[in-house]
Amino acid sequence: MDSNQISQHISKQFNAELENLREQVLAMGGIVEHQLGDALHALVEGDTEIADRVIKEDERVNTMEMDIDHQCNYILAKRQPAAGDLRLILTIIKAIADLERIGDEARKVAKMANHLVELQTFSGNKNQFAAILHLGNHVRTMLHGALDAFARMNVEAAITTALEERAIDSEYNALLRQLSTYMMEDPRSISAVLDVIWAARALERIGDHARNVCEYVVYMVQGKDVRHVKLEDIAEHVKSAKP
Amino acid sequence: MNTSNMNTTNMNAALDPAIAPDFSGEKIALEVDDLQLFYGEKQALKSIDMLLPEKRVTAFIGPSGCGKSTLLRCFNRMNDLVDGVRIEGSIRHHGKDIYAPGVDVADLRRRVGMVFQKPNPFPKSIYENVAYGLRLQGINKRRTLDEVVEWALKGSALWDEVKDRLHDNALGLSGGQQQRLCIARAIAVQPDVLLLDEPCSALDPISTLKVEELVNDLKRNYTIIIVTHNMQQAARVSDYTAFMYLGDLIEFADTNTVFTNPQKKKTEDYITGRYG
Repeated sequence: MDSNQISQHISKQFNAELENLREQVLAMGGIVEHQLGDALHALVEGDTEIADRVIKEDERVNTMEMDIDHQCNYILAKRQPAAGDLRLILTIIKAIADLERIGDEARKVAKMANHLVELQTFSGNKNQFAAILHLGNHVRTMLHGALDAFARMNVEAAITTALEERAIDSEYNALLRQLSTYMMEDPRSISAVLDVIWAARALERIGDHARNVCEYVVYMVQGKDVRHVKLEDIAEHVKSAKP
Repeated sequence: MNTSNMNTTNMNAALDPAIAPDFSGEKIALEVDDLQLFYGEKQALKSIDMLLPEKRVTAFIGPSGCGKSTLLRCFNRMNDLVDGVRIEGSIRHHGKDIYAPGVDVADLRRRVGMVFQKPNPFPKSIYENVAYGLRLQGINKRRTLDEVVEWALKGSALWDEVKDRLHDNALGLSGGQQQRLCIARAIAVQPDVLLLDEPCSALDPISTLKVEELVNDLKRNYTIIIVTHNMQQAARVSDYTAFMYLGDLIEFADTNTVFTNPQKKKTEDYITGRYG
């Protein structure tokens, strides 16, 4: 299965349906990517207007998920796809669920941004956000990589991107330790720091969802199921598959 | 040599993995070894090597002219009846070469029964259609015939529909019923292998499902090989699927693998409806 195979069916109508579906998934991915960027910006800059926009945008993502899901149902019912086509449809059904969850997590970050503004604890001290911004940008890069691997149906890119999850996890853990220290040093900051922890937790979860998308890409292209395979074993697992 | 108990994994080891499914734990009913078939100058089968497992459903799929029906017909030597056919290589049924000199072809066809695309009941009663094979064998005892007719019609899931009109003409049955009658006629002589050559292509969807259901029941007792143009049907009824193209066996694997993750591009292109 590679990206130009979509257009090789005898049925041109089927080609169009699959291509249209793939474009919609990419559009949905673009929106959640944007949501994540905006949520981070809102958090660091204390921009409630942008935070509200992220929260609102989530409805659009939910609708897109349902739309794409319905179209997949119709294709399954009417075309009975097999082999690579079947794996593409199954991948899309799973990937959009993860994208929708990423949208939800971005919304959580935006909500925390609003809450922090209300608390006014960190006003004027943007350095407090340096670590979470770093984590957030790392997650953004990973999400971008996952969507790109999906768009290009590229297994190597998917694996490289999935491996990023480890770095994100250790960054997240380091951030948690740092934030715990804040709370111990200054108990008045607990409420605000908890918000930051929730936001960091949401970012870490986005990394998990992005890894899921990468795993689906491996399944879509090679038919290999690498869910629940240890990160370090994935590359080995894939090598034994057909080229 | 009785190959049915041989370790099939080893037997497959020499073959291309794409045409050698994992048959560990399966007994083998038929072994095809370097089979080549020519219609005059034209080669219709090119060096086919395959094993067919016992009491399983194996489907042959592929575009028209790929050789799937020709291969099917080799298993009970139906091709002998075609002028200008030349066959090389061998097919062993439970270890015995069916093309060896001195093989009783009529007996082979009793053990390897066949059902055709178009239902072809004889213009006789339902009862006589099923009893026909037994009468050919010289069995005329009324009680034996009654028992076998009832057993075969039950086995082909037709009994309840025809038990009150066994002596009506078989041509009065619907297409689906006629096809199940042909299956009853084939199993009445207790074959070992059943060859089904597009058995549902002339039937409506409900009759098709009944025949498919029947195939699933019959595999408990028979080795079934089915040729079909309907890929969804192959996916539904078979345990193993062989994809053929221009006389070659391209891929042979368990049906789940063939329909979700075929190893050869030609197979993928065919089952997903792409340009070859």
